[in-house]
Amino acid sequence: MELLNVHNLNVNFQLKQGDLAALIDISFSLKKGERIAFVGESGAGKSILGFSIVNLISKPGYIKSGSIKLHDNELSHLSNRQMRHIRGKRIAMIFQDPMMTLNPVLTIGEQMVEAILSHTDLRKKEAKNLAIEKLVQVHIASPENRFDQYPHELSGGMRQRVIIAIALLLTPDIIIADEPTTALDVTIQAEILELLKQICDDNNVALILISHDLGVVSRVAERTIVMYAGRIVEQGPTLEIINDPQHPYTQGLLNALPQMSLPGQRLNQISGSMPSLLDRPSGCAFHERCPYAMDKCKQGLPEFLFNGVSHVACFMVEDMLEDLNNDADSTYFDNELDEDLDTSLEIQPQTRGSK
Amino acid sequence: MLHFLFRRVIQAIIVMVVISIISFLVQGRLGDPVQQMVGQSVSLEDRENLREELGLNDSLVDQYMRFAKNAIKGDLGVSYYYKEPALEVILRKVPATLELSFSAIVLIIVISIPCGVIAAIRPKSLLSKALMFFSSIGLSVPIFIIAIFLVYFFSVEWQIAPSFGRGETEVIFSFWETGFTSWDGLQHLFLPSLSLALALMPLFVRLIRSEMMEVLQSEYIKFAWAKGLSPMRIYFVHALKNTLLPIITVAGIQAGTLVAYTILTETIFQWPGMGFLFWDAISRVDTPLISAYLMVVGAMFVITNTLVDLIYGLVNPTVRLSSHGL
Repeated sequence: MELLNVHNLNVNFQLKQGDLAALIDISFSLKKGERIAFVGESGAGKSILGFSIVNLISKPGYIKSGSIKLHDNELSHLSNRQMRHIRGKRIAMIFQDPMMTLNPVLTIGEQMVEAILSHTDLRKKEAKNLAIEKLVQVHIASPENRFDQYPHELSGGMRQRVIIAIALLLTPDIIIADEPTTALDVTIQAEILELLKQICDDNNVALILISHDLGVVSRVAERTIVMYAGRIVEQGPTLEIINDPQHPYTQGLLNALPQMSLPGQRLNQISGSMPSLLDRPSGCAFHERCPYAMDKCKQGLPEFLFNGVSHVACFMVEDMLEDLNNDADSTYFDNELDEDLDTSLEIQPQTRGSK
Repeated sequence: MLHFLFRRVIQAIIVMVVISIISFLVQGRLGDPVQQMVGQSVSLEDRENLREELGLNDSLVDQYMRFAKNAIKGDLGVSYYYKEPALEVILRKVPATLELSFSAIVLIIVISIPCGVIAAIRPKSLLSKALMFFSSIGLSVPIFIIAIFLVYFFSVEWQIAPSFGRGETEVIFSFWETGFTSWDGLQHLFLPSLSLALALMPLFVRLIRSEMMEVLQSEYIKFAWAKGLSPMRIYFVHALKNTLLPIITVAGIQAGTLVAYTILTETIFQWPGMGFLFWDAISRVDTPLISAYLMVVGAMFVITNTLVDLIYGLVNPTVRLSSHGL
């Protein structure tokens, strides 16, 4: 049973220039307790995806089509009032900058207790005990004192711990962490990531990690989904993505990591920049920056193919698979993204399901 | 806290010294006091003697020191018109002005906060657009025009509120003359306090709206939504508290404007307060009364601003009044 199932999600922004697509045909699923990551440059639509799941996309964005199912409940059809009982209770969020996420004029305790009280029938005293228990879980020293303090009295790392504690208050099914360590010191980053991972493990909470940093992703996520210009271009087990990236964009991202360059050498970078919503190129959106771009990349959209370990949308990979399968019997499957990987070791092309 | 208060008291003293210098200059230098005291028939020699006697030939510094010494004792001179100590005349009128200002402030708070919040939450609704329209008119039309219109409609056309005076008053605590205790007094308070409130309300509605819209964009509000809190709690606890921080500062500064507007309002509605008295004092060139008014209003202004700073410290936890040491 899937915990979360997102199918063909399309999110658009209604702007003066027209109705622009920010997310196109996003499909993925998440099992209970699983940790997945979304990576890509800024503008890829990772954060929009995070907010879409809890139906909090800022105007003028809206969900155009597609479904978001938590257990078997369709979230995209829920009213704001119904959605309120999902947010914070079933799906919690962690934001990028802990300095900005907590309300400066309310104490840590107030901000924790209010979340408990708005989702449960607990009394204030019980809520306080629960909050302190969670503060202990995220390794906050002297939680009783911290409870009555204001955010400005805490350091950045400590605030992010408090925010993780808030996300954990009602033991949600899923935590969506949008760049949770980007605004933090490098030394604290590792601590927070470790904490996040451990917290999710201990409580059997699924994690959706949104990051631009493959280094961060590799520490935490079991599965990685690479996004480019509003589409998923590659997804698979994190190890495979990092050791054997298929899509040229993923390869570019990996090459751009500082560890991949020799000392004294210029850092590798992907030339050009992410296209904006306004001028998304035809065909494969990456073709303008892709070192292997062919003519057909400019016209058609590559199919989402399964090569045995990862799902990739790239003509180059498609050609390669075709060559390999020229004589072999090719079997077509529905596009089940959560394919049991062990059973299909031979290379099988997959087509987009038409359901 | 003590440190803060100590600093404020020092500041207040400096401000009061500056105000007293201005008052002193008004009292002694606005025209020739001797000329005002004696008739045509008095000889030049007698005038010179009188001048000497009054100390008007002393140096300015000496004269100011004398003035300041008297002022500390509460003696700000004798009103020419009332033939009574000027300070007493003024203090008798203080309750009327304070009650008027207090009612106006209550009206401003009670009306402009909900209006500003609604305009910020639903910027595209018809109500918000109407609020913005009327507040820009309110900002640009002078208070005496608004007051005259109020009198025209409420007193002349509909005859539901009296247009002048304080009506029935009662002395409480043996010194405070209040209009709050009787229906007639409250009725008389209605128009003056409303027009005084209308003078400042548009500014606050617009200020609260723009401040709140900015706050609603902040990360901590997004986080509050993500926590699944109720809209009421997000708007009125999370957003409003942050919205009010800068508003409190502006309110402190606007306290001065409020005092200035009481002069106009009291004159229009014949409200027997300090402002009305001040207006009369100017037309009678009653210089001791003018300078006494300046001193009293200056003191009130200093006290208000200190209070505002204290309130700001209470609302904003990042301002720690006590952390500066005791």
